[in-house]
Amino acid sequence: MPRLVSHPDEVKIVSKRFGLGATDIDKYIELGGYQAAKKCLEQGPDWIIEEMKASNLRGRGGAGFPTGMKWSFVPKQSAKPKYVLVNGDESEPGTCKDHLIFLHDPHSVIEGTLIAGLSIGSKMGFIYLRGEYRYLLEIMEKAVADAYAKGFLGKNIFGTDTEFQIITQSGAGAYEVGEESALMESLEGKRGVPRIKPPFPAVVGLYGGPTVINNAETIATVPHVINMGGAAFAAVGSPRNGGTRLFGISGHVERPGVYELPMGYNLKKMIYDVAGGVRGDRKLKAVVPGGSSTPVLLPEEIENLGMDFDQVGKAGSMLGSGGVVVIDDRTCIVEFALRTISFYQHESCGWCIPCREGTDWLKKSLTRFHAGFGTAKDIDNIRYLAENMLGRTFCPLGDAAAMPTLGFVKKFRKEFEDHLDGKPCPFAKHAEMAVV
Amino acid sequence: MADVTFTVDGKKLTAPAGTLLIEACRKAGIEIPAFCYYPGLSLQAACRMCVVRQEKVPKLQTACTTTVAEGQAFITDSPEIAQARKATIELLLGNHPLDCPVCDAGGECELQDMTFKYGAGESLMVDAKRHRDEQQWSPAVFYDRPRCILCYRCTRMCGEGMDVWALGIQNRGVVSVIAPNQEERLDCEQCGMCIDVCPVGALTSGSYRYKTRPWEMNHVSTVCTHCGDGCKVTLGIRQAIDGSEIVRADNRDKSGINGDFLCAKGRFGFDFVENPERLTTPLVRNAEGNLEPVSWEQAFRVAGAKLKEIRDSRGGNAIGVVGSNHTTNEENYLLQKFARTVLRTNNIDHERTTDYAAFARAIAGHPGKTASLREIAAAPSILLIGGDPTNEHPLLAWSIRTNVRLNRARLYVANERQIKLERQARAALRLPSGGYAAMAGYLGGSDSVIKTSAFREAILGEEKLVVVFGEEYRGTAVEELVKWGVGQGNVKFAYLGDYANSRGAADMGLLPDMLPGYVPASDAGPFAQEYAGLPSTQGKTLPEMLTAATNGALGGLLIVGANPFDQVGSGPVTLKDTFLIVQDIFLTETATAADVVFPAASLYEKTGTVTNSFGDLQLARKAADHAGVKPDFEILVRLADSVGADVKALVPFGKRGVTADLGQSRGAQAGEADRHAVWLAANGLEPKLSPFDPLALLDEIERLVPAYKLDRLNLFGGNDVQIEPGLIPSFVPVSALAASRPDPVNPAHNGLFTSGTLGRYSHGLKDLEQHQAAGVATAAAD
Repeated sequence: MPRLVSHPDEVKIVSKRFGLGATDIDKYIELGGYQAAKKCLEQGPDWIIEEMKASNLRGRGGAGFPTGMKWSFVPKQSAKPKYVLVNGDESEPGTCKDHLIFLHDPHSVIEGTLIAGLSIGSKMGFIYLRGEYRYLLEIMEKAVADAYAKGFLGKNIFGTDTEFQIITQSGAGAYEVGEESALMESLEGKRGVPRIKPPFPAVVGLYGGPTVINNAETIATVPHVINMGGAAFAAVGSPRNGGTRLFGISGHVERPGVYELPMGYNLKKMIYDVAGGVRGDRKLKAVVPGGSSTPVLLPEEIENLGMDFDQVGKAGSMLGSGGVVVIDDRTCIVEFALRTISFYQHESCGWCIPCREGTDWLKKSLTRFHAGFGTAKDIDNIRYLAENMLGRTFCPLGDAAAMPTLGFVKKFRKEFEDHLDGKPCPFAKHAEMAVV
Repeated sequence: MADVTFTVDGKKLTAPAGTLLIEACRKAGIEIPAFCYYPGLSLQAACRMCVVRQEKVPKLQTACTTTVAEGQAFITDSPEIAQARKATIELLLGNHPLDCPVCDAGGECELQDMTFKYGAGESLMVDAKRHRDEQQWSPAVFYDRPRCILCYRCTRMCGEGMDVWALGIQNRGVVSVIAPNQEERLDCEQCGMCIDVCPVGALTSGSYRYKTRPWEMNHVSTVCTHCGDGCKVTLGIRQAIDGSEIVRADNRDKSGINGDFLCAKGRFGFDFVENPERLTTPLVRNAEGNLEPVSWEQAFRVAGAKLKEIRDSRGGNAIGVVGSNHTTNEENYLLQKFARTVLRTNNIDHERTTDYAAFARAIAGHPGKTASLREIAAAPSILLIGGDPTNEHPLLAWSIRTNVRLNRARLYVANERQIKLERQARAALRLPSGGYAAMAGYLGGSDSVIKTSAFREAILGEEKLVVVFGEEYRGTAVEELVKWGVGQGNVKFAYLGDYANSRGAADMGLLPDMLPGYVPASDAGPFAQEYAGLPSTQGKTLPEMLTAATNGALGGLLIVGANPFDQVGSGPVTLKDTFLIVQDIFLTETATAADVVFPAASLYEKTGTVTNSFGDLQLARKAADHAGVKPDFEILVRLADSVGADVKALVPFGKRGVTADLGQSRGAQAGEADRHAVWLAANGLEPKLSPFDPLALLDEIERLVPAYKLDRLNLFGGNDVQIEPGLIPSFVPVSALAASRPDPVNPAHNGLFTSGTLGRYSHGLKDLEQHQAAGVATAAAD
């Protein structure tokens, strides 16, 4: 089991039961579990949605869409069954938060799913876990079975006439399936490729029924929002960014790990204080703020940067999945760009041309470039390719590959130029990569 | 849907709300490029070529998935959009092999055209392209993986269009490929539709690949010679040492009743014309008893003299004539006229595969009760009784499937066997033995044989119904079924026959008891004046003629384009004192027994009209040429001449006392030919220029066969024209058209890769048959 880290600045809401044995349902109940669900059952859907809206909770998957609003889009009347989907396909490099939730607090996911179901009038939820999380699936499955045994799930939950069922499902190992409509395709047993939108899932989703799909962390946060009250939760974070977030800090820091910090927490402080600073007191070169798909930030860009969706967006990047990757001055940015694009080349589903061909071309170019066989023209070409992928692809995966690449070329052009003329990589002798 | 108004590039357009922007633009003449978009198939938005700018929307939108609404504004042509499209092509060309000089699609490749238009002229790619070896999936389908741009047209066409689902996508990302259903082998209907819709040269045809360059071919639209559906087929013709050869068949001309569709036979079964076993010279049996090549003149002399001798010595009743399911209406008409007026016999028949005579009797006097194929393709509800369209009428199956899929038509299937089209059916009824005969009674309310009322109630609840029935129906069963439908008032019919002109053969009077238009031989009406010497006695049917030929009762037998000696169940035919004349493409079992053999042209090498099962009349146009052969029409005219007949009475050409000079006035100077054409027209000579011009008979056919009221503008324009068999001749009372005896009907039951005798000479079809048999054997071994 991975070592848990902690820091005094942390505000433990979502992670408050981590390490306390809450996988056991009795322990979870003892720690206040399933109270939120009971309350929601009494208060009804409109109340739940109002609380969620008041909480300013925004989607933790990366796009930051307000959760309460998303739920309110689901039509009240529907000829087809409505569904709740939990997106546990956590695959973005630099991101490892949902993993801890499944490991330490699976019932919070179940309870959150149940509450989401009550809010939209759904009788069925699915918890979809990344293919590589097979071992977490066992934990989830046991938790679901225990919840059924206690009567929290089933035909008559908590002894009422209300029905809610949960089914767990493992993915087959595709990053693309983290895209909500691709996940639905996968769940329906088809190839994991995204769907044409509109229609959006809230109207036509899984099996054609209205569907709410949320990131696992978002869902796990829901019971806490209900318990605290929406307004109290909102008060923890920054404006329009309610509550806390699980930030996964990795790379060249002294104390990497997942820390729960209020939204809007200063990034520089996060690196130097919470995570103990750059490893070996080396110089900070760059930070990837929200998972590998977000454009890189320079040290001068993080001076006063609060980590919430709006501030990071204003700084030219994205809060994304909250996976902060710290890069020190002995890291080759070209190689970092190559590693990043290699991931997206491998994970592109191949559905649309710009992503399928663009990621492959970029990988080929960067591979050759890093090996010392690049030309000045390549630098412009890499930028040209990334620019022409951006905004043109079927789903956001193309953007996820193009945006960081553009950031690297724009902000570290000099470093690309240093690889020209057959010179060996200036960083070859160190050869220590950030862990992505 | 109500119309909405929106602007595209500043132009105001109107279309029904919800129309796809790409369709609205294309209708308005605004070109939107697309690889993955294909009308009638599900949407993909995968190629990103159709991107446009929509007002107030931050990102470029795909025109193939955007539906138009009131007041929207779009830009489809701007530097931003041109750059987006150029970049997409540049990205595609990154891994696409630039082997255009040897690629089959070179010259007719959508990727080439778009590269030309959007100008990704400079190659930015300096790294190695991904390469994977080409695969052969079947004798018909090859897959060149690196050329594939993954537009997924093929997988959708195979699945959604054909309901075969043999193609899928394998792997992920840049290494994705299209994969067939059996490892590297494709077990399917081999329709080749995947090849047809491929925008590049990734899927290539086994019969065409590396044969020619597209610009070396002329393209001629004609009618397929195989089954009774009558697809329009486009033949790619190239000059060859012995004429001009067919190198490809496809449906690039989508104006036909088949639209996008063509099956394996239409696409790969054209190659019989190039079979080396083809007859190219007349043959006459010599004194040693062997068939010996002779000149045309000698062959006509021998055959003509013999026919004249038999007729004059033993009478016309000692001669039999058998016609064809593949020859044109004009040839069939001429053949029976020749038989009746020159040979003076009603002993004329053809290999009947269905009972069109009974259908004609049943439908007589009820115009507007037959359904064309286009009507079936758009009918709100269809009842299919008997038959197996998927195998025996692929276009009918396609039309029904597409109608169900795109228009939500309701299909009802009643069959003694399970058929594949049941997958599209709203309800399927498994008929008990004898169920076909009981169907009319069942529909009329009787549950004595078929014991369920739900199926009938659903059908009776339909506002409009087309009943398509198979060759399981004969004689009175046909009449009873049609009678029920006519009584309903909202029912139309179609009756399935086997070959390209099975319907035309019957319509044109290749029947011993009926003249053209099913006029009884015993009550010939205007034929009595038109046909001098017309015998009024009923003639022998084909089985009766064969029997007579084996027992010495038939002195002469003329068989045109038929191979009855191979007919299933008829057993070996040993002729006794019968002089046999055969006109055919190959030395068939029948031709082998002949005394004189004339090498005939195939349907692809002549002009004339043919009528499909549904009464759609179409013009078959001469596409190829084969040295040494003649059309059956010309052979018949010359045979008649050598018997001593008045050719002008047979074929009305050169009337009004003016004889066309066959181009003698046509000088070598430019413009002369045009003047000549004007002169011919002014003298009323077109198209009756030559005794060998089959269209010279059209006036006469139209005059004597009321169902064939020809809309010549459309017919000669290459369109299908529906005949009207309900128009009964005014001079024949309906009661006169009673069944006089059981009809000798023998359905061929051809499958996807068989086509009677003709199919045996197609290597393309033989290969597919073997491939399929091997697949079945492998499956059985598993």
